[in-house]
Amino acid sequence: MNAFRRPLMSHLNTRDLVIDIPDRPDAYPLGLTIEPGQVWGVLGPNGAGKTTLLHTLAGLRDARRGSVCLDVQPLTTLPRRQLSQQLGLVFQDRQDGFPATVLETALIGRHPWLSPWQMESADDVAMAERSLEALDVLHLKDRLVSTLSGGERQRVAIATLMTQAPHTWLLDEPTNHLDLHHQVAVMKLLTERAKAGNAIFMCLHDLNLAALWCDNILLMFPDGEACWGPADRMLVPNALERLYNQDLETVEVDGAPFFVPKRS
Amino acid sequence: MIRPLTLPLLLLGLASVLSMMLSVGIGSVALSPSEVLAVFVGQSPDMHQTLVLELRLPRTLAAFATGGLLAVAGALMQVLLRNPLADPYVLGLSGGAAVGALFAMLAGFGGFLISGSAFAGALLSTLMVFGLAHGTGSWTPTRLLLTGVVVAAGWGAVITLMLAISPARELPGMLYWLMGDVSYARTPWPGLLLLLLVCLALVPLGRGLNVLARGPLQAAALGVSVRPLEWLVYILASLLTAAAVTMAGSIGFVGLVVPHMLRLVLGNDQRLILPASAFAGGTLLVLADALARVVIAPEQLPVGVITALLGVPTFLYLLYRSR
Repeated sequence: MNAFRRPLMSHLNTRDLVIDIPDRPDAYPLGLTIEPGQVWGVLGPNGAGKTTLLHTLAGLRDARRGSVCLDVQPLTTLPRRQLSQQLGLVFQDRQDGFPATVLETALIGRHPWLSPWQMESADDVAMAERSLEALDVLHLKDRLVSTLSGGERQRVAIATLMTQAPHTWLLDEPTNHLDLHHQVAVMKLLTERAKAGNAIFMCLHDLNLAALWCDNILLMFPDGEACWGPADRMLVPNALERLYNQDLETVEVDGAPFFVPKRS
Repeated sequence: MIRPLTLPLLLLGLASVLSMMLSVGIGSVALSPSEVLAVFVGQSPDMHQTLVLELRLPRTLAAFATGGLLAVAGALMQVLLRNPLADPYVLGLSGGAAVGALFAMLAGFGGFLISGSAFAGALLSTLMVFGLAHGTGSWTPTRLLLTGVVVAAGWGAVITLMLAISPARELPGMLYWLMGDVSYARTPWPGLLLLLLVCLALVPLGRGLNVLARGPLQAAALGVSVRPLEWLVYILASLLTAAAVTMAGSIGFVGLVVPHMLRLVLGNDQRLILPASAFAGGTLLVLADALARVVIAPEQLPVGVITALLGVPTFLYLLYRSR
């Protein structure tokens, strides 16, 4: 059983989805289709609702209106366990109540795949170790997560999602706390997963990482407006300047646009 | 999580049996281990038979059941509240039970009615805390914890009031109940049965509890039905605590110290911690009760005093050592 290469394909889509942010007027309804093989980047200023959108897409929050479906089935009608085999989420902030080692943390990802009576098998451990290896944290596997640096914890969280091996990967700022090399390594890993047939959907704060690695972009404006589509059509200076309320300078590096904030 | 689970459990099981052998052998008439064994194969004087089978064994088993119930309840509360320092009484349950028991004593009821009244008080307190913490529908661990602490303080005031207005001749019995005393146990069997059933019921829930300990959102994202599981844990922990308090009064520190010590030594896999708590909690209380019987013999100490006197320094030492 190799869950990394399951043929199971299902795509996440939303119909007239209005996310529910308390005390906020309705946002523009979203009709997204997240296809296997795509890498989506969600851009927007602080408080635009990126995290709320991710949680709604993962079925952890109710939408104000509209629906989120896996293929044609609304998330609300899917059993939680079945849903977590299809869809996984890396959270922006994590709480650790009890001390746990890195390997134990990654192994938690196998939970949706094991019956209540099953213990983790050697296969599950091997899978967790492969994920930790892919994120370059295998050497830390016996360390307590609470003793790691922010960037190392972030990589352990992504390794946990990789061990969960869902079809659709939702990630809330996966490059948070990562150094430059590991930012690139993580983006590379995610695009490789997309090539293997997974769907990737992540919130980002770094325009240039989005420009380099994402093929689809969703812009969430502070006033609730939104637009989405292929990256080259979305990442235009006018839209981005309005998005962040910040003047930008655009240069071209190796054929890709590179955005630099203007000083004044 | 991948450590073998069987070895620690076997060792703890062995410790349980040894502690019980010791406990039935100790007392006004001391019996050697071989004499104790002779009783169980039916080859010993009648006096030994009566002493062990009718007096010491039921009390020892009651101590084991009480300790096991409290420790498992504590371990469950710690997962539910995601706080390694929660204990089975944190939600005001022992206060409710104590008020029930003291009320029965004041009214002049005996034996069974005291237990029944304690059980009713424990359940009342549980429902009250849960109802109040639930409020408009969103209960968080912090809110549950705060509600429990405040309700417990309220019970504390009622207990003080009852002690203040009680006739002097009732006071010693009341104080013994408040400090916890296994000699109140009428029969060990319901407690032991409950402990066994709950431990078995927890086997398939263990991994889900491990995931739940990571926080409700993470658990939901990994396929755990968070709300039903939290309800179940809450009900089970309350039931276990109510049963323990009903058997032997409010014995402190077992439910806090035992699971916590086990976590420091064995890690945080609930599949190991929960059954290990049953064995270790039982063993601890059997030994504490044996000590309570002999320290100032022929007088007896309330076992709650012993668990507190042993538990506090041990706990502080472990905490100090673990950084």
